[in-house]
Amino acid sequence: MSSQGSVIISLRGLAKSFGAVRAVDGVDLDIYQGEFLTLLGPSGSGKTTVLRMIAGFEAPDAGTIQLNGADITHLPAYERDVNTVFQDYALFPHMDVISNIEYGLRVKGIGKNERREQAMVALQQVRLEGYESRKPNQLSGGQRQRVALARALVNRPAVLLLDEPLGALDLKLREQMQIELKELQRQVGITFIFVTHDQEEALTMSDRVAVFDRGKIQQLDKPSAIYERPANSFVAGFVGISNLISGEAGQKLLGKPGTWLVRPEKIEIDAQVPGGRSTTGVIREVEYLGPATRFLVDLEGGISLMALRQNTSESANTVASMRNSTVKVSWSIDSEFHVEN
Amino acid sequence: MTNTRRYFHSHVKARIAALLSLPIAWLGVLYIGSLAALFITSIWKIDTFTSKVVREFTLSNFIDVLTDKAYFNVTMRTVGVAIAVTIICAVLAIPMAFFIARVAKPKSRPVLIALVITPLWASYLVKIYAWRTMMAPDSGFLNWLISPLGLSSPGFGMVAVIIGLSYLWLPYMVLPIYAGMEKLPDSIIDASADLGAKPGRTFLKVILPITWPAIIAGSLFTFSLSLGDYITVQILGGTFQMLGNVVYQNFALNLPFAAAVALIPVIVMFIYLGSVRKTGALDNL
Repeated sequence: MSSQGSVIISLRGLAKSFGAVRAVDGVDLDIYQGEFLTLLGPSGSGKTTVLRMIAGFEAPDAGTIQLNGADITHLPAYERDVNTVFQDYALFPHMDVISNIEYGLRVKGIGKNERREQAMVALQQVRLEGYESRKPNQLSGGQRQRVALARALVNRPAVLLLDEPLGALDLKLREQMQIELKELQRQVGITFIFVTHDQEEALTMSDRVAVFDRGKIQQLDKPSAIYERPANSFVAGFVGISNLISGEAGQKLLGKPGTWLVRPEKIEIDAQVPGGRSTTGVIREVEYLGPATRFLVDLEGGISLMALRQNTSESANTVASMRNSTVKVSWSIDSEFHVEN
Repeated sequence: MTNTRRYFHSHVKARIAALLSLPIAWLGVLYIGSLAALFITSIWKIDTFTSKVVREFTLSNFIDVLTDKAYFNVTMRTVGVAIAVTIICAVLAIPMAFFIARVAKPKSRPVLIALVITPLWASYLVKIYAWRTMMAPDSGFLNWLISPLGLSSPGFGMVAVIIGLSYLWLPYMVLPIYAGMEKLPDSIIDASADLGAKPGRTFLKVILPITWPAIIAGSLFTFSLSLGDYITVQILGGTFQMLGNVVYQNFALNLPFAAAVALIPVIVMFIYLGSVRKTGALDNL
């Protein structure tokens, strides 16, 4: 869906340094109308700085930002048709919920009745009817998050920027908000640019993911492609759990040079994949995860692999006793993926 | 010793009582006690020949204070000066505090705060006499500075008192506002700009309302300190008088009357505290 829309935001050669640190080091990125794009990376990788430059809170040292074909690189934040949901929500503590949501409309000079009407619609979209006159400090973290969303969305911006908006929520609420956020984005059809360091969040929510490291985009692709075909060893290591097989021992095992990726769920323990690799290893560690069990297996030649096996009701009871036993380890040759270093 | 220790360990209330005994003695005896003494003195009589206090009940001191137009005028003047000083301090302190808390580099903040406080390290009298020299009608520094503009020094009087008091109490206004503005997260200011507000609007609609309790907290200092001052008025005021001067002049001659006048600033302060209580400023002190 992403490649069919028109380009709404276009970054060219974007760079920004803080002191001696090159936070953003030459980023080129086209973002399409209506897509959910995630900037994923570890802290300090430059993803948040890119978002803040799009919002207008930081001025780039070099490069340009275009919004709908117009150069906004040097436009102040208050003149850009984008809105931000902040990590700490940044609600105005002296205003009640409805005044917070109306703030942007009031600035635009929209009349009182129309303003209230639009704010109520936004409040409904985030399912907070009845909370109009609460102050931010009378709301839970999840509710504040929704108010922040409504306050941004009510302005119908061309692009919504979300800076780790779910980071402060507990796991259950975060998973629920992920679903709601995705639904909301489909419903309103606004382009979302979402910053997170949580690779699972990035994979579940996004149309496309841009993986950042050291101020550069390492890979830009659909979630499945990021996971199945990582562009380099950084992406392979950062997104999901990876077994990277390389070096002399790797060449001996696989019969080919270079670094090869095999995902844990592709490796069979105690079973043979027809026509696949076959070797033996000693189980060093067993981790029972509920729906699945994770094994750490030492192969000959000093290679250790992580393997993930779905649990059945019988196997769950026996996995704990498998530690230190020697087992057959097997995977399909198709699931080996060559990665650049 | 061990017994005492054991006793305090198992008796929480005794521990709290021991901890608070000194502060409570301070508050109870020195503050509430002296206020009560002030009130009691104000309802005593005086022997008009010897100026000695006669411990007999009378309301005549209050009747004099309330009915004599002159004392009403002094009260209004005093409150007016205190309000003017508070407004001037706020107008000067808000941009100063804003600059220190939000514009200056974090490294230079302690230096700037120290600069704001330095006037407090010098003696009150030295500062006021310095102002007296500067404000002198014909020869003063101020006169020299503004005479090329066709202006002349206001000389000694109300304006000089307001300038002097504003100078003296400014740090007490800057510090609470600075503390309030420093607590303000950057993201709130970013959010206002993000929603389309220009810097001026962000200042008026976001920064000022959020720091309002801190401004009120600062005003409590500047207002109450101005209400009670009489030395600055003596040195810079010329013939201008405030409540403190009336108290000072009657102190030796008619102590009960002086006590009655001295209660006026206390009452004004209570009214002020009552009216600002709902802003939440008192939670910020």
